[in-house]
Amino acid sequence: MQISFTLNGRPTTVDVEPATLVAELLREQLNLTGTHIGCDTSQCGACVVHLDGLPVKSCTLLAPTLEGATLLTIEGLEGAPGSNRMHPMQEAFREHHGLQCGFCTPGMLMTAVALATEKKDLTEADVRHGLEGNICRCTGYQNIVVSVMAGAAAMNAAKGE
Amino acid sequence: MKPCAYHQPVQIPDAAKLLTSIEDSKLLAGGMTLIPTLKQRLANPPALVDLSRLGSLKGISGDGATITIGAMTPHAVVAASKLVQAKIPGLAALASMIGDPAVRSRGTIGGSVANNDPAADYPAGVLGLGATIITSMREIAADEFFLGLFETALEAGEIITAIRFPVPLRAGYAKFKAPASRYALVGVFVAKFADGVRVAVTGAGPGVFRVPPMEAALSLNFDPSAIAAIKIDTDGLTSDIHAEADYRAHLVTVMAKRAGDAALV
Repeated sequence: MQISFTLNGRPTTVDVEPATLVAELLREQLNLTGTHIGCDTSQCGACVVHLDGLPVKSCTLLAPTLEGATLLTIEGLEGAPGSNRMHPMQEAFREHHGLQCGFCTPGMLMTAVALATEKKDLTEADVRHGLEGNICRCTGYQNIVVSVMAGAAAMNAAKGE
Repeated sequence: MKPCAYHQPVQIPDAAKLLTSIEDSKLLAGGMTLIPTLKQRLANPPALVDLSRLGSLKGISGDGATITIGAMTPHAVVAASKLVQAKIPGLAALASMIGDPAVRSRGTIGGSVANNDPAADYPAGVLGLGATIITSMREIAADEFFLGLFETALEAGEIITAIRFPVPLRAGYAKFKAPASRYALVGVFVAKFADGVRVAVTGAGPGVFRVPPMEAALSLNFDPSAIAAIKIDTDGLTSDIHAEADYRAHLVTVMAKRAGDAALV
């Protein structure tokens, strides 16, 4: 079946089997391999993308759901227009050592951006509750939580300008 | 995933017709249980009937005495609903504890209730509040709806369209979650109405159930410490890799007390 949607700001039309997972569509058909598949059982969160602004696990989403929708993947995250910089949340992860091997990072970032967009003044408890669906097997979560807090603050500051 | 046919009806009767005419076809709501099940090849339906284009199944409305939540309303919407937060904060809290943010974006109340997973959160809220399940054919009281492990009173071709909750005087939910899945190892919903208290337990057994001795004690006096001494019989409770039956029985009492405390906040 043919599906049309907006992918990282661009109108996109693909021809897919209905039983295609969005994670497969992104990685194998559209060559957007920034979205990772970790567990493939909806637990690890490495595949999180934004569907109409909401965080979803793309390994547990069928392609027909995308019809008419807006999809944002890790490749679509960017800093202020014209700044040639990364997204503030990405910069915060770099600054605060929020990653080690980096496998979980795309999902962590997408979940973190959604979290910081949804609520303005995030507490540490909010961040820990909000990251429950994202698993990191390298570092533990301390620096990830610190990064999300800093990234959220930077996003708020950017919005205030 | 194995290929299968995919239907996106826009009218409820069309969805019901597809469901009955294609043997073994499955309804797809948020897909948070069904899609993992298909991926593990535990089910192999010839067709999926996607309910997402049925706009009438989404949304939350209230009339003072009740709140009605459309079957396709995602958990995140219920958790964030000002109406639910104001009228039944315990139910908004329950929705905010389901799974994780990505699951709450997609998973729906109708899907959760129709699936009747023994460790799902919503069945405790639906039974605890004595809600009414509204389907494409009729209305079913929660007490008659949940029939045990993944079993409900739904007939073939019957589709949940909404759940209607009576507004209680107070209500609260507490769960002890399995850390990996975030399903309820034990979850307890407590609701106080003018005519008495209802206590419903999920996660502890093969299906959601009520606890009459706790209901009687709390109806006399809504003091959660009054139920701290009420023990649950381990007969019929689940023992598995996550917890033994006696631990689950212990947790029922502890979670019931915490749910009562949450209702008083």
